[in-house]
Amino acid sequence: MVENRPWSNFFAHTILILGVALVMLPVYIAIVASTQEPGEFLRGTLPLLPGGNGIDNYTTMWQTGISRAGAPAAGTMLLNSVIMALAITIGKLFISILSAFAIVYFRFRFRVFFFWLIFITLMLPVEVRILPTYQVVADLGMLNSFAGLSIPLIASATATFLFRQFFMTVPEEMLEAARVDGAGPLKFFKDILLPLSTTNIAALFVIMFIYGWNQYLWPLLITTDADYYTIVMGIQRMTAEENPQWHLIMAAVVMAALPPVLVILFMQRLFVKGLTETEK
Amino acid sequence: MQTKRMTFPGHWLPYALLAPQVIITLIFFIWPAGQALYQSLLREDAFGIKTTFVGLENFARLFRDGDYLNSLSVTAVFAVGTTLISMGLALLMATTVNRMIRSRSTYTTLLVWPYAIAPAIAGVLWWFIFNPSIGIVPYLLDMVGYRWNHRTSGNDAMMLVIFAAAWKQISYNFLFFLAGLQSIPQSLIEAAAIDGASPLKRFWTVVFPLLSPTTFFLLVVNVVYAMFDTFGIIHATTEGGPSQATNTLVYKVYADGFVGLNLGSSAAQSVILMAIVVVLTIIQFRFIERRVNY
Amino acid sequence: MASITLEGLKKTYSGDVQAVKGVDLEVHDGEFVVLVGPSGCGKSTLLRMVAGLETITEGTLKIGDRVVNKLEPAERDIAMVFQNYALYPHMTVYNNLAYGLKNRGFNKDEIEKRVQVAAEMLEIEEFLDRKPRKLSGGQRQRVAMGRALVREPAAFLFDEPLSNLDAKLRVQMRVEIKQLQRRLKTTSLYVTHDQLEAMTLGDRLVVLNAGQIEQVGTPMQIYARPATMFVAGFIGSPAMNMVPVEYLHARGANGLLDNLPEGTDIVGIRPDDMHLAPPAGQHLIVESTLQLFEAAGAESHLYVNLADSDQPTVIRVSGQPPVAEGETLRFYVTRDALHPFNSTTGQRTGD
Repeated sequence: MVENRPWSNFFAHTILILGVALVMLPVYIAIVASTQEPGEFLRGTLPLLPGGNGIDNYTTMWQTGISRAGAPAAGTMLLNSVIMALAITIGKLFISILSAFAIVYFRFRFRVFFFWLIFITLMLPVEVRILPTYQVVADLGMLNSFAGLSIPLIASATATFLFRQFFMTVPEEMLEAARVDGAGPLKFFKDILLPLSTTNIAALFVIMFIYGWNQYLWPLLITTDADYYTIVMGIQRMTAEENPQWHLIMAAVVMAALPPVLVILFMQRLFVKGLTETEK
Repeated sequence: MQTKRMTFPGHWLPYALLAPQVIITLIFFIWPAGQALYQSLLREDAFGIKTTFVGLENFARLFRDGDYLNSLSVTAVFAVGTTLISMGLALLMATTVNRMIRSRSTYTTLLVWPYAIAPAIAGVLWWFIFNPSIGIVPYLLDMVGYRWNHRTSGNDAMMLVIFAAAWKQISYNFLFFLAGLQSIPQSLIEAAAIDGASPLKRFWTVVFPLLSPTTFFLLVVNVVYAMFDTFGIIHATTEGGPSQATNTLVYKVYADGFVGLNLGSSAAQSVILMAIVVVLTIIQFRFIERRVNY
Repeated sequence: MASITLEGLKKTYSGDVQAVKGVDLEVHDGEFVVLVGPSGCGKSTLLRMVAGLETITEGTLKIGDRVVNKLEPAERDIAMVFQNYALYPHMTVYNNLAYGLKNRGFNKDEIEKRVQVAAEMLEIEEFLDRKPRKLSGGQRQRVAMGRALVREPAAFLFDEPLSNLDAKLRVQMRVEIKQLQRRLKTTSLYVTHDQLEAMTLGDRLVVLNAGQIEQVGTPMQIYARPATMFVAGFIGSPAMNMVPVEYLHARGANGLLDNLPEGTDIVGIRPDDMHLAPPAGQHLIVESTLQLFEAAGAESHLYVNLADSDQPTVIRVSGQPPVAEGETLRFYVTRDALHPFNSTTGQRTGD
């Protein structure tokens, strides 16, 4: 379109740069803080440029953590986070693709009932039923374990819906052709449906991984043993003490944020697909 | 509910496929929810020895309790503030980015990544920036004569958690607004231009109305987010204080249940929250149905 | 190879919707039979019942001597070509062809051999390593055919396989399918809504309407002697004109209509049997007004309204006659061009 508004482009870029700066600010400050010497924080306002103590801070945090605050080494916590996030992600994908397959490709008694049973989990976020869920997990002896960290979180109505929706768009003839070709249900699932779903699985993987990584309340409740702390909840333990060691905490913050941010940056297309389609 | 035109015959297979999901749902969702419902009708004595059935007394108490009523209004302020700020900024960014051709994907990348940051971490970051003794923002505010202290001022604390919550949610809203904008046919905007509407007028008379399904959808999602997903922000920063100023409903369930060990009251609060989620979910699904019928 | 026998086949959907209301048909071994009819007439449902993709509510279906009502599609020894081809998008062309054979436990060499033969026959050897996405519509169509071919089944089932192609390609593929079937002599059942496709492809046609057979016969039998008014209107383009006998009487039939069969109250006249010049022998003369003149190259279509009647009628003549819109036209019809019908029953009354 012909538009004679020379200033509008300049204006637009200004808005966007300010917006990006606003979005970047907290992380920039975290990076700056994580490179300072411990004493820097006692002198009043934080400097605006990185200091020279970065390597020291990150190494300390990675290897030893802040024992005074009861937080183990970041290396351990990161590993725990990876295990928990992957267990949640893979578990969610596994059980939801199977149930979506059953709901779309079979007709059986109580089908609609099961669909609604799964749907209800949408309405019961962990935050609103924490106490009884905690009791169940405690009764099952799953406190301070990876099973306890992940299994209660892997039921997923969202992923089931997404797969169901995707399966509904797979042409009817695909199933018919496969049946004429002599494929039974499991063969059809393995040879046709699963390969066709790879993009959706990948997109969901990105979303679910971030969801799993960022769990906070749940690990906070069920881990009292520092060996099972995840990085996101561990940081809270460090800030809770009297004189927080900000240079180390911020190093931990950067390390906690990095994996999911990298996932988004490198898989942006899948991320956007996963995000916009799970909500439809 | 739909299936395929043709389905597999199956006697036990579909049940086996559903079993893992259903078992987990029953154990970790349905059973605890039932427990919450049941416990909301009971009261334990101070030593946790005797439990008595009290009917709806726990609920009645809640609505007489000043702290709970305060929590309701705190949650409302927090949800409205977070939703308005993050949706407003996201809409501004999305419409501006949508005009760009070459730089669109660069700006998008730079704006979407905060989605990956955990709410708790977002809280810690802003807590640090606003730290009264070493933070940058209080330093700047001090120069214009405002003494920021979220440890003592309820207003400051509320603003802090709103900033953190809104900041994290901008990228989500941005992506949905951008997708919404891109689904508006260019020809409509061109028709408006030929009809003599200025860019600003085009936005308010053509683009914004056509964006209303997205806007409505995001309103619901943001309210849900602010109510339930922000526990980490509050817990990692203000812990509901100072003097209950940021004690949202979700945080209060946790605090009363785990810290205060007031099971009956916490369970009753859970039940009320579940009711709220049910209502919000129904609204959301109504909306999706309507969108499908367009 | 085998015959296909349909005995009283019925399909009722829940809610008492009858899609197929009792069909009897015998497709002989090696025969090419086309099911043709308007959309919703039940032709696809019928084909899908033969394939085993729809259950049979009532009746008996035999392939060869085997009753197959309860058999799975894979057990019926049939192959099917789908309207949208239904190629597996994540498999190469080779694997698309091989999948059905693998599932049936063929050994590698046999699969290899069969795929090569089919690929050669369809001239798709060079695409064997490609994914369907990289193929044009015509090439995908060939792959879909190939998938049916490699199986060497007792029967081919085609569900409107050409309707996703453009007009030119459709004619070309039509010829190829016909030649292929002649060569392989595999019993084939073919569904289409396109009467021209049906006429040119089938050894025999089955015209379906509202879930029932209207007429079965060779293309020329059906064209020359449509059994019902529906068939008369459906087969042939432009469609046959229908003129009430009473109207012709009133215009002066000169006893020409006296020997029409009992019960005839309407006669059908094909557009090409209406002549602008008087033919030899006895004939009817009808006057009309030319509403629209449509030149289609080698032939022309004249859309006219009969005099003293609003009845729209089409005349097809070769070349381009010197006529103008609005002009009064007189056309001539001989007795043997009349198809007598009873408008209440819709049936042909005789001849």
